[in-house]
Amino acid sequence: MDETSTPNEAAPTRLPIQKTYKLYIGGRFPRTESGRYLKIHDHQGVFVADICRASRKDLRNAVVAARNAQPGWAKRVAFNRGQILYRMAEMLEARRDGFQARLVSVAGYTADAARDELSAAIDRLVWYAGWCDKYIQLFGATNPVASHHFNFTFPEATGVVAVVAPQNAPVLGAVSALAPIILSGNTAVIIIDGPAPQLAVELGEVFATSDLPGGVVNILTGLRDELIPWAARHMDIDAIACYGATDEERLLIGQGGAESVKRVKHYDDPDAVAWRQDVYQSPYRILPFVEFKTAWHPMGV
Amino acid sequence: MTTHQADAPSNARELLFGELWDYAPAPESTSHVRLSDHYGHFIDGEFVEEGEPFKTINPATEEPLAEIRAADEALVDRAVQAARRAWEEVWAPMPGRERAKYIYRIARIMQERARELAVVESMDGGKPIKESRDVDIPLAAAHFFYYAGWADKLDYAFPGATARPIGVAGQIIPWNFPLLMAAWKLAPALAAGNCVVLKPAETTPLTAMLLAEIIQEAGLPPGVVNIVNGAGATGAAIVNHPGIDKIAFTGSTEVGKIIQRALAGTRKRLTLELGGKGANIIFEDAPLDQAVEGIINGIFFNQGHVCCAGSRLLVQESIHDEVVRRLKHRIETLRVGDPLDKNTDIGAINSREQLDRIKQLVESGVEQGAHVHQASCALPSRGYFHAPTFFTEVTQAHRIAQEEIFGPVLAVLTFRTPSEAVEKANNTCYGLSAGIWTDKGSKLFKVAGALRAGVIWGNTYNKFDPSSPFGGYKESGFGREGGWHGLLPYLEVN
Repeated sequence: MDETSTPNEAAPTRLPIQKTYKLYIGGRFPRTESGRYLKIHDHQGVFVADICRASRKDLRNAVVAARNAQPGWAKRVAFNRGQILYRMAEMLEARRDGFQARLVSVAGYTADAARDELSAAIDRLVWYAGWCDKYIQLFGATNPVASHHFNFTFPEATGVVAVVAPQNAPVLGAVSALAPIILSGNTAVIIIDGPAPQLAVELGEVFATSDLPGGVVNILTGLRDELIPWAARHMDIDAIACYGATDEERLLIGQGGAESVKRVKHYDDPDAVAWRQDVYQSPYRILPFVEFKTAWHPMGV
Repeated sequence: MTTHQADAPSNARELLFGELWDYAPAPESTSHVRLSDHYGHFIDGEFVEEGEPFKTINPATEEPLAEIRAADEALVDRAVQAARRAWEEVWAPMPGRERAKYIYRIARIMQERARELAVVESMDGGKPIKESRDVDIPLAAAHFFYYAGWADKLDYAFPGATARPIGVAGQIIPWNFPLLMAAWKLAPALAAGNCVVLKPAETTPLTAMLLAEIIQEAGLPPGVVNIVNGAGATGAAIVNHPGIDKIAFTGSTEVGKIIQRALAGTRKRLTLELGGKGANIIFEDAPLDQAVEGIINGIFFNQGHVCCAGSRLLVQESIHDEVVRRLKHRIETLRVGDPLDKNTDIGAINSREQLDRIKQLVESGVEQGAHVHQASCALPSRGYFHAPTFFTEVTQAHRIAQEEIFGPVLAVLTFRTPSEAVEKANNTCYGLSAGIWTDKGSKLFKVAGALRAGVIWGNTYNKFDPSSPFGGYKESGFGREGGWHGLLPYLEVN
């Protein structure tokens, strides 16, 4: 099943093609402009691949792509966004074997744990897909003002959101972080720094074949320490979602974010088993990344 | 395109009364006002007079109204500890229906003392009595009344989740709507089960001290609401106090950023309601009579000391000349003067400092080449007053089109197409409010959807209600006040 063998195995009769893992920006898979790389080893310390170590410039390119994609994505009707999230689940289901194999070989999962993580990730995409055209009815309102006005409130996407990804569940964590952000019409730049980061790039391949417009999700593999300060201070990022922040990361994000009044939301990064629990999916996770707009209009002649 | 000009040609006949038909003075009585000449703080249910003294003045007369004390870190600490104690021992364990009844009581006593509160609000802040009487005070009482009813219904508010109070909220409010902002802050915090340390603005502390009396009269348990006076240093002591769980701030974007930075790395929650540069968009098919009144209300309500003021007028090119002609005429009819006079439209600028800032920005408008129009009214010889003013020939690069003036000064820009109107309206770091004037519903909805602002007024402006969420996009802040959404900042929803 897993034809990608690791270099230390005996020479196979046919030498398999190894994948080059690149970034995912604006619907394309470019190399980091910096030419830098990070060595990925499996859970036993064996070399697996070199992946891109994204730079400040890559981050800025990703934000440009996310900004360009945002108005069009938000303008899609909610039904359409829901179909695309559902399509993402379909594509992940179709490719689950490869993800599971690499969770086992690289991240050291048992086969059962790998299967459970993929099942949870796929189901979570389906679950959030259904919220696209429902959360507005849950969180919107018509307001009984004490005057002759029709007054209503509805949520709109905040804009471009930087996501500092969970580190404890390579597939489920990224999916759980991204889905509640993009479903409302935000676009995202996700920073991946954890075990088996190439699985996030493979998620990009899933997204790229799910009718998700290029730029809605942009994936940067790299170092949190290096990228968080730039993301926090970037004036065209509207919000930051950070999973499992250290105190120092909280400080950096808070101070940098203040320069453009960013919305900042911190979440726990539980262990991979806990991530599968239903408490880690919630429509209330949509709320930090929407803006409520209230409109008034007189009634009567 | 030119129908309005045909309806009302620029040589339209007008009734001119000159000096012949002036208004007689109609001052509101101050005889029923019971003000002390000295106030301190309200901590743990008692009035405390400690700290450096400073004066609050009547901006319409420049006369001191009372001596106030500034709370230092030690006093703020006492207030926070009182709030924490009250929260743990009394307020959080109390059933919601009992909390509700206290909040209802506050609303009722405010209604009983409404006239007194209105007069003091106008004396201390400079706003016209007709506004404090008809807007600020009734809305403040209504806010308490609205949120009181939520206190025992929180279990129904968040389907599938549980909502718990946060603890002690530090709340810092501005001088433009002193009592109303206190109500916006206190009512949802109390209903949600939190205790509070509130700091009024240093130029407008008086109605908050009357509110403290009302809270005492309502029998609210000591420590549930604490009010400390002072300026920036007192605010900083609240923001930086480790016993505070949440900060809610209304004020300038500049100070909001300082607070957000100060909270970096802490677990304190934050909501910010900051500045704005609201676009009031007038399409050529707008009902012009109403639109002109909406423009006037949008910028001159409360002397323009309104974060959501319609301070940028975007008028469609084809009706620009007609709108300007009407505005010139209309500002001549505005009555500027004694805030306590019931006929006054525009009262006193809140402080010398603010008046200087407004004048400086008006000068920048002239220097940068915009054309200034100002009402020819005489201003009182004492006090801080500014004539209603608007600028034409404004470009988007002008400071008066970009910076929040927070005064009775309007910048007029033009546009040709709806998409240009949207682009110009959104061309600002702010995103608090906007107005749209058109007779065409589909256009109104389309533009309302495209504007990046938290409150959109269609064919109206500057309307507020306790059930209607208020707050900004972008650098106008985050979080909402009012309605169901106004509960969220004061609850942990899981």
